[in-house]
Amino acid sequence: MGLYAASMPNDILWTFGKAAGQDPMEVSFLLNGETVLVSQPATRTLLDWLREDRSLSGTKEGCNEGDCGACTVVVQDGTSVRALNACILFLPQLNGKAVRTVEGIGKDGLHAVQQALVDQHGSQCGFCTPGFVASMVAGHAQGRTDHDTVLAGNLCRCTGYAPIIRAARSAEGAALPEWLKQDAEWVAAQKPSGPAPKTSDDLAALYLANPDATLVAGATDVGLWVTKQLRDLDQVIFLNQCDDLKTIEVTDTAIRFGAGVSMTDVRALVAEHHPSYAEMIRRYGSEQVRNAATIGGNIANGSPIGDNPPALIALGATLHLRKGDTRRDLPIEDFFIDYGKQDRAAGEFVEAVTIPKSAPDLRCYKLSKRFNQDISAVCGCFNITVTDGTVTAARIAFGGMAGTPKLASATMSTLIGQPWTEATLDAACDALAIDYSPMSDMRASAAYRLEAARGMLRRYFAQSFGLPTNVLEVEV
Amino acid sequence: MTVRQPLPHDSGPLHVTGSARYIDDIPTPRDCLHIAFGQSPKARGTITSLDLSAVKSATGVVTVLTADDLPFSNDVSPSIHDEPLLAVGQVHYVGQPIFMVVADSHLNARKAARLAKIEIAEEKPILSVEDAMAAGSFFEGGPRTWSKGDAKAAIENAPRRLTGQFDMGGQEHFYLEGQAALALPQDNGDMVVHSSTQHPTEIQHKVADALGVPMHAVRVECRRMGGGFGGKESQGNALAVATAVAARLSGRACKMRYDRDDDMVITGKRHDFRIGYEVGFDDKGRIKGIAFTQITRGGWAQDLTGPVADRAMLHSDNAYLLPHATITSYRLKTNMQSATAFRGFGGPQGVLGIERVMDHIAHDLDMDPVDVRRLNYYAPAKGAEAKAIGTGKPFGAEFSPETHRPEPNTTPYGMEVKDFLLHSMTERLLETSDYKNRKAQIAAWNANSPILKRGIAFSPVKFGISFTLTHLNQAGALVHVYQDGSIMLNHGGTEMGQGLFQKIAQVAAARFGVSTETVKITATDTAKVPNTSATAASSGSDLNGMAVLAACDAIRTRMAEFLGQGASVTFADGMVTWGGHSITFAEAAMRCYQARVGLSATGFYKTPDLSWDREAGKGRPFFYFAHGASVTEVVIDTLTGENRILRADVLHDVGASLNPALDKGQVEGGYVQGAGWLTTEELVWDDHGRLRTHAPSTYKIPACSDRPPVFNVDLVDGENPEATIYRSKAVGEPPFMLGISAFLALSDAVAACGDRYPDLDAPATPERILMAVKRVQA
Repeated sequence: MGLYAASMPNDILWTFGKAAGQDPMEVSFLLNGETVLVSQPATRTLLDWLREDRSLSGTKEGCNEGDCGACTVVVQDGTSVRALNACILFLPQLNGKAVRTVEGIGKDGLHAVQQALVDQHGSQCGFCTPGFVASMVAGHAQGRTDHDTVLAGNLCRCTGYAPIIRAARSAEGAALPEWLKQDAEWVAAQKPSGPAPKTSDDLAALYLANPDATLVAGATDVGLWVTKQLRDLDQVIFLNQCDDLKTIEVTDTAIRFGAGVSMTDVRALVAEHHPSYAEMIRRYGSEQVRNAATIGGNIANGSPIGDNPPALIALGATLHLRKGDTRRDLPIEDFFIDYGKQDRAAGEFVEAVTIPKSAPDLRCYKLSKRFNQDISAVCGCFNITVTDGTVTAARIAFGGMAGTPKLASATMSTLIGQPWTEATLDAACDALAIDYSPMSDMRASAAYRLEAARGMLRRYFAQSFGLPTNVLEVEV
Repeated sequence: MTVRQPLPHDSGPLHVTGSARYIDDIPTPRDCLHIAFGQSPKARGTITSLDLSAVKSATGVVTVLTADDLPFSNDVSPSIHDEPLLAVGQVHYVGQPIFMVVADSHLNARKAARLAKIEIAEEKPILSVEDAMAAGSFFEGGPRTWSKGDAKAAIENAPRRLTGQFDMGGQEHFYLEGQAALALPQDNGDMVVHSSTQHPTEIQHKVADALGVPMHAVRVECRRMGGGFGGKESQGNALAVATAVAARLSGRACKMRYDRDDDMVITGKRHDFRIGYEVGFDDKGRIKGIAFTQITRGGWAQDLTGPVADRAMLHSDNAYLLPHATITSYRLKTNMQSATAFRGFGGPQGVLGIERVMDHIAHDLDMDPVDVRRLNYYAPAKGAEAKAIGTGKPFGAEFSPETHRPEPNTTPYGMEVKDFLLHSMTERLLETSDYKNRKAQIAAWNANSPILKRGIAFSPVKFGISFTLTHLNQAGALVHVYQDGSIMLNHGGTEMGQGLFQKIAQVAAARFGVSTETVKITATDTAKVPNTSATAASSGSDLNGMAVLAACDAIRTRMAEFLGQGASVTFADGMVTWGGHSITFAEAAMRCYQARVGLSATGFYKTPDLSWDREAGKGRPFFYFAHGASVTEVVIDTLTGENRILRADVLHDVGASLNPALDKGQVEGGYVQGAGWLTTEELVWDDHGRLRTHAPSTYKIPACSDRPPVFNVDLVDGENPEATIYRSKAVGEPPFMLGISAFLALSDAVAACGDRYPDLDAPATPERILMAVKRVQA
């Protein structure tokens, strides 16, 4: 998501399938209960195909960059029912999955959320409504009641959202539609097909042979190269069928995420172990974006404003890279060399990342103009251990403060070994100016970024003494 | 009766199934072409070279047109013909259309449009207020000043004085459906244009001029828009004209829709304003005299900047009797998108100006800002108030309005305020929102919370209803009753989500005593109703409702005369009844048809009693006023400036509502949009005049969780004293200004951090709030 990220030069994301972007690829999936086999350019978006080739115009284009949700559709894979933005979803990503558009959702009678939206006056101009319907249907299927989070990726300019939330609440607990089960059965019967790699071994070999290819996992960034920069991608490798990249291994001391684990799945897992990180991920992108985006993609693109890297750096994560059959590990902060430059060789890709299972002192603060679905102006992650009043360990990292996600080395030095006091805090706040010379852009000025970074450090300090510091936790 | 019923939006079932059709959803002929603009990369300069060879040879391109290729008028301005469709020699802002690509697909047109080699001899652009003031870059030749009394003397003689200045940003409309048009060439050179527009007649006019044909050769249709908010009052002209010209030249259907980024870069937005004030007041807080300076950046072309800036001046009093006032308005010409209509049309900016003054006075006197406001209110409507609101209580004893104030109860433009409802509305809202107790609780909470601070604020709105260009206050309608009793309804208003079509169908159904299912709502169509005004200025149901009523009554009268033969005839509950007879409406229609009674009629309405001298700034520009009030509570983080609305309570005056559900929707939506304008929505241009916030990734309208988690919205149960359609009041724009209380509450929270008055600018982003906190702490 996001133009800023899209304008990054030469970010290697995810890519595979080794099809030239304009060459047709064969893809098979279920559309509104009907099996379709299509042959389309690899970077044709689902939205364009639905509207232009299938005359299914219920799904709308609002922004063509995954930020408004008007194009939301419901997609079932083998394990879940999820909302996705069709505007930045390439057709090959759908291989073997079941798609429901707004036309298919109400085919056999209105879904409960559709009726509720009518009854609660939840539509005015109606242009965002099909996207809301899709998000609400997915949330309903999951039994969700956190509607603000479920709908954070759907913008409405007319209603002020109140009647939409009333509709979502009133549809809670209504019966699930029949088609959900039917679609799931179809998906379960599919076997992996198509030219995309099916395992990370396949991927390693393919990428080694085609190091200029673009790897596509969730396409929440690469999608914009196509829809906004209007780039023709010569070689594309799709990762979505590499199931072994989507594994999560939890040991006594560590959690290892395969690079292809979606942010939705990362959030679900870290909720127990790292609740502050999980809360930050709740505000990362939107439901639709988190359903598509992968943790590997967010690392590999090297963006200075991605929200995972600062958290991973503060956690002391280890990055696992692979090139052909050669694997290497490195501390994740070492991966980010400079703006647009990462420690990654041609043909090498991010295979996994490992974090400690426990870090009770970790706090992640995401600062943006809007709480949900907004790219951070500053993302600060703090992991400071205080033993008997003295700082015994500290890892602090920020996004949005430099050309890369970056460890606050000087600041950490002023803390470690010092008493956990206001005086130490003041010195650490001063040191932030040694670590960072942020820039000004449309999200924030340089001066504010530095001031806010200091504010975050003071917040962490205040929080350690139990003071209320979070506006989202203030009781109404 | 169908009016007053909270019926759902007529298109609700279509919206939720994706079957409501917008421009880009209309099935097109097989060989339809698609258009994209090539845009200026520079804010100001002369085009020295334009190499389009790569554009022309790009995949799928059929032709490329520049200003030289346009057969007739090259103008899409809604006002003074200063806005060419395609640039001629000079460029005036980054994003200005220079050429248009006609291609076989939307994507191919967009791709090709980026391949031009454009060389521009740059001049230093005029961007900031300071740049434009220094350069004397004004529209309309210079500032406009309207006065009442002698403000200067009143300020000088007042016991207390304050001065201040603050900035408020513009606002992107962010209608979810971007601008779009589809032109279908007809025989004999005629053209049909489907346009996402609030103003079909203007589209018709501009297309006719561009094709060199009379208006009768162009038919414009709009069934619905995916949001408008003023952004489709004039900004659709370019797409409609481009598609029509290309359709004429190619003989093929042509469609154009802006990609979101193009939409935000090319089209105009709400006017930003800098407002300076000098106010004189007494020790109680009563204003004696005030002088406002309003400066707005209008962008490169005049568009609607004149009337927008006028309306800002006309709302610089908001709800307050200003004994002496001078308002000076500068309309700056700058090298940016041409600022345009946006819900409120300058009103919100004018209102925010005086609301800021009220807060400043309260801070200076250490008074509750609500008390300062009530003290300065206009006198209430004579005798009407207690009846209108009915809390059962007289207005508050302590600040009981002085109905015997010596000054005449007139606005700075000399209009008597006869229907002022805010005394009792304020009383009721303060009670239902528990304002006083909460304010005390917040102060106590803040005393124990070093990092987080809460704030609470009340703000009222009094908004003038009517187009200030008096001749626009007219409307037409066309109604057919078919022989089976079904009814076709058409009028000049457009549907952009506000529920206008349903409200008017309720009116038509009520006149004939049938259900709304009997009434077919049809697309706005310049061939059915001519010479329409834009659906703007909140006027949609006031004007078109009355026109439809006139048309329905014309038919009803004919039916009654034939059926009753002199007896009184009633139309109710699907039946037509007279004497001892009662038949269904369908049977009545059939009988009338067979008796050769004309069952079709047009209707016409013009707002009465308006008179406005714009040069003098005197008269009665408004038919009546609509009122509203809100109380908002917020919390801020003094370490980062992050902030959040906690609760909002709203009471709004819609007269006797035609449809309380739809009206409540306008009020809720208006509040959130207004709060967005003043909080998260920030437009940023760089030093080269490039808009850096040109997509939802960078421009942040409120999301779901930004709405007030506690949101109590109530409508006043009243009647418009003026004879409007079923005594209802306009509701489109006024609630937008309810969001001002959110901004004032943030200011209140900042004020809790120190002794100084928080000079908070809008939008109150976390950055502006943190910096304001630092200033009051300094």
